[in-house]
Amino acid sequence: MERKTPLYDVHVAEGGKIVPFAGYLLPIQYASGVIREHMAVRQQAGLFDVSHMGEILFTGPTALDTLNHLLTNDYTDMPLGRVRYGVMCNPSGGVIDDLVVYKFGEQTYLVVVNASNREKDFAHMSANLLPDTKAEDISDKVAQLALQGPAAPQILAKLAAPEQIPQKYYTAAAHVGVGGIDCMVSRTGYTGELGYELYTAPENAAALWKMLREAGEEFGLIPCGLGARDTLRLEAAMPLYGHEMDETITPLEAGLDFGVKLGKSEFIGREALVSAGKPSRVRVGLTVTGRGILREHQSVFLNGTEIGATTSGTFAPYLNKAVAMALVSAGCAEVGTEVEVDVRGRRVPAVITPLPFYKRA
Amino acid sequence: MSEILKELKYTPSHEWVKEEDGLTVVGLSDFAQNALGDIVFINLPEEGSEVTAGEAFADVESVKAVSDVFSPVTGVVAAVNEELLDNPALVNEAPYESWLIKVSDVSETRELLDADAYGEVCAAEED
Repeated sequence: MERKTPLYDVHVAEGGKIVPFAGYLLPIQYASGVIREHMAVRQQAGLFDVSHMGEILFTGPTALDTLNHLLTNDYTDMPLGRVRYGVMCNPSGGVIDDLVVYKFGEQTYLVVVNASNREKDFAHMSANLLPDTKAEDISDKVAQLALQGPAAPQILAKLAAPEQIPQKYYTAAAHVGVGGIDCMVSRTGYTGELGYELYTAPENAAALWKMLREAGEEFGLIPCGLGARDTLRLEAAMPLYGHEMDETITPLEAGLDFGVKLGKSEFIGREALVSAGKPSRVRVGLTVTGRGILREHQSVFLNGTEIGATTSGTFAPYLNKAVAMALVSAGCAEVGTEVEVDVRGRRVPAVITPLPFYKRA
Repeated sequence: MSEILKELKYTPSHEWVKEEDGLTVVGLSDFAQNALGDIVFINLPEEGSEVTAGEAFADVESVKAVSDVFSPVTGVVAAVNEELLDNPALVNEAPYESWLIKVSDVSETRELLDADAYGEVCAAEED
């Protein structure tokens, strides 16, 4: 049985088309449709319910050491109020999940994980804690709204004191009054656009949604569903767990080198990643040059030889073309390489393209 | 609520059908375009190719997913709506004007639903 987020009734009232996703009932789109929602985030602003995301709180004198043991990135010397991406690997170097870490105190870190992996992640974390670290799954005590788009700063400025709003990408502030509601405000997102993620207690979520909707109206803000969330992240070439990475794909194959610090003395999966050396397959971007839309799990061919498969694909509404990401043999990954993709028995021509497909100006 | 035109016939798989100038005209219903969402690509058969009753003859891709379109008749494709190749969103805007193919030499027709019966199919799927 799927769970409801604290905003379920709001979505129904807003005309959301509700679908089951990662154990939750969430809107895939509202009446305006995926393309309009996508364009609103690129050009004005969109509001998303992302309360399904998992939140795990790490506390204690060894919390930092535990994170450095569990995760591929290095969280040493991280300033307070900073956010840092990371990957959690299994001993063979495959990805258990990707996540972000917030530092709110020398012994207090908040880790935000994918909804679909929450139980698995928490079990793995709990089994690998160092002595004197406590990990607590607080997901059910946290609602999360994402305010994304170029108008997001103006909208938030109507509701919060400017000196409290985080100004830099990947920074956060723990107690910001947003229209009088206590929120953790984070300058992050999953759209490739400027914006914020606002964390609050579940009982505040509906009031916060309503205030943001009203504050955003003059800027063209509309509610956005999971459909637009996926096309936005894909256009911005942000990887998604279960697609660009999973337990059989390493973070280096997925192109997440920036979040993997092999120079660190130790973390789970490090030995496997080091001994594997340079990855034999890599993540690339594909742009369709023929007619058709690519989806996940479609074979990619170079001169008739299979070189890999797509991991995600869609029609990118802002770019107005079909794009995909794929894992292909490292030797065939050069930008400009012309390939063919098997789309239900039809070979559709595509070209390897630099990532991201879209980057905010 | 989706629009259902009285004068058309329908399939349970959400195609609409009408007879016009001796040809069978096939399109996607309002219910189908609503369920698909924003349509971004339509793959249509070639003129002169054969279609078979109950089998897929085209695929329609929305942002979200791909769906097959099934032929209500067996026959020969006499015309395809080429306007849709460049502007597939026309099916969202005007599903009953945006026909997909016209079929000649029809040798077999699936059992078709009238507007009332089709309305019941849609109502059942809404739940």
